[in-house]
Amino acid sequence: MTFALETQDLTIRFGGHVAVNAVSCGFEPGTLTAIVGPNGAGKTTYFNLVSGQLKATSGKVFLHGQDISSASAPQRSRRGIGRAFQLTNLFPHLTVLENIRLAVQSRAGLGLNLWSIWSDHRELIGRAEEILETVALAGKRDWAAAALPHGDQRKLEVAILMALEPDVFMFDEPTAGMSVDEVPVILDLIRGLKTRSDKTILLVEHKMDVVRELSDRIIVLHNGALVADGAPAEVIASPIVQEAYLGIEVAK
Amino acid sequence: MILRTLFSGDMPRSRVLTVLLLLILAGLLLTPFVFPGAKSTNVAAKICIFIVLVSSFDLVLGYTGIVSFAHTMFFGIGAYGVAIALTHLGPTWGAVATGVAVALVLSLALSLLIGLFSLRVKAMFYAMITLAVATAFMTLASQLSDITGGEDGLSFKVPTLLQPSFSLREAPFMGVSLDGKLISFYLLMAVTIVLFLVMLRIVNSPFGRVLQAIRENEFRAEALGYRTVVYRTVSNVLSALFATLAGCLLALWLRYNGPDTSLSFEIMIDILLMVVIGGMGTMYGSIVGATLFLVAQNYLQDLMKIGSTAAGGVPFLRNLLAPDRWLLWLGLLFILSVYRFPTGIVGRLRSKRSAA
Ligand SMILES: Nc1ncnc2c1ncn2[C@@H]1O[C@H](COP(=O)(O)OP(=O)(O)O)[C@@H](O)[C@H]1O
Ligand SMILES: [Mg+2]
Repeated sequence: MTFALETQDLTIRFGGHVAVNAVSCGFEPGTLTAIVGPNGAGKTTYFNLVSGQLKATSGKVFLHGQDISSASAPQRSRRGIGRAFQLTNLFPHLTVLENIRLAVQSRAGLGLNLWSIWSDHRELIGRAEEILETVALAGKRDWAAAALPHGDQRKLEVAILMALEPDVFMFDEPTAGMSVDEVPVILDLIRGLKTRSDKTILLVEHKMDVVRELSDRIIVLHNGALVADGAPAEVIASPIVQEAYLGIEVAK
Repeated sequence: MILRTLFSGDMPRSRVLTVLLLLILAGLLLTPFVFPGAKSTNVAAKICIFIVLVSSFDLVLGYTGIVSFAHTMFFGIGAYGVAIALTHLGPTWGAVATGVAVALVLSLALSLLIGLFSLRVKAMFYAMITLAVATAFMTLASQLSDITGGEDGLSFKVPTLLQPSFSLREAPFMGVSLDGKLISFYLLMAVTIVLFLVMLRIVNSPFGRVLQAIRENEFRAEALGYRTVVYRTVSNVLSALFATLAGCLLALWLRYNGPDTSLSFEIMIDILLMVVIGGMGTMYGSIVGATLFLVAQNYLQDLMKIGSTAAGGVPFLRNLLAPDRWLLWLGLLFILSVYRFPTGIVGRLRSKRSAA
């Protein structure tokens, strides 16, 4: 079968520093792959290469078997690669609802419509409100995004990704910095996505219990290279993970 | 419902602002009858023209977050288009249409070129590039004196209906003669209202919403799938076209065009002040900003003359209020208003409402 997403020898150098080093990996549709590794391992950079925010020094990216290596970030987004950012990345002075509605509008392909009134497109607003409910932010729909507490900003970040309805979801530490009671909302959303056989999920996450529960497979990045790949139990037990990654967890 | 469609769902959203806008509208409409004399009608006409020009500037600056210094170049292209066409083709409506069409095509081509070549660069460089292009254009306009009239500019005749000598009827109506100048004024107002409402529609379309998203966070807009270069370019081109139309109106109204009336950097600075005073990214701000600024610019001197005479006994005060100092006072007014209302008058009025 063809992979939903595949990278071949994907590499990026920043000066002499190789941040992502020849990563070859395929992701099957309907699976959730956790990407783990210590800080600075290259996880976020790998995501940036896949979603097009950074141009690879060498290597290729395939979406449903098609080479998208030369496609721009907006093109990749429209073709179905969706991305939630590790560092919250919103439209700060626009309302919470508008942040989501803009994603819904992009998905609907209405961006270049110059002559209709945006608020007449009730269906877009309705859809944005639906998504707002799923992340438990409905009460704050008219807040400016910048005024939200950190945890809510993280939720909004995920909500925007949901609104894009991509084929490939990329979550970059979605629950980082959230309070304990906020985490389940996000995890439930990801669980909901997992039941869809056509959706492919990549998840960078530090909380090992979350990774263990959600993932079908774990890959480990270390110094930009892919150093382990396999079933969750197997990878977590491997010496390289114990040393390179879980060592940090244990120390905490 | 009709109002909603007309205003594209973007009502003034502040009672004070609504009253202010209605006052401005009424003031402009009644000017020829209430404030007789050529000067007041001239100021009112200029306000209309600048409402179009400043709104079009707000489209790129306030809504898209692009700093361009080439805006008056497009204003100039419109004014020169009409002036050159009427000078060479004679005072017919066909000549007006030709001038407007040629100017629009030229502005379209130029803005597209500037946009495609330079909208990818950093904002600061973009501002510099537009400054360079505008300067080159200004030099070109004064060099090509055979066509443009050089520094002297061009005086020309407009179609009969708009000529001051044209008269609708012999007897004056309510003390005002119904001549071509009056017809010009009301036509100008009608066109201004239509153009303003069209721009209001554009910024409130799904497209306009993307512009605001780009202004807020271009990187994020790209990640949502919006090709920001395309949006910025379209916004830039549209803004240039509306500025061109404003230039056409100016030439038709003045029956003259020269480098100082439509191309100078002074105008560039003026519209920058108007959009900031009124409130960037609000559209209505351009109405308020243009009106306040032009009224101040044209009547502050008169006011100061009165003040200066009144303060006759006190030399220091008399000096301070001397009409020559009006620019100083205008500058002070500007600094004060930016300091007190960083979001402009419209931004201020609207935030008061939501706080209440
Ligand atoms: N734009 C950049 N320029 C230079 N170095 C970068 C850039 N982005 C990331 N890096 C470097 O690449 C390495 C990987 O970073 P990152 O992908 O953020 O790690 P992770 O997400 O796994 O914590 C780090 O050493 C980081 O300093
Ligand atoms: Mg990271």
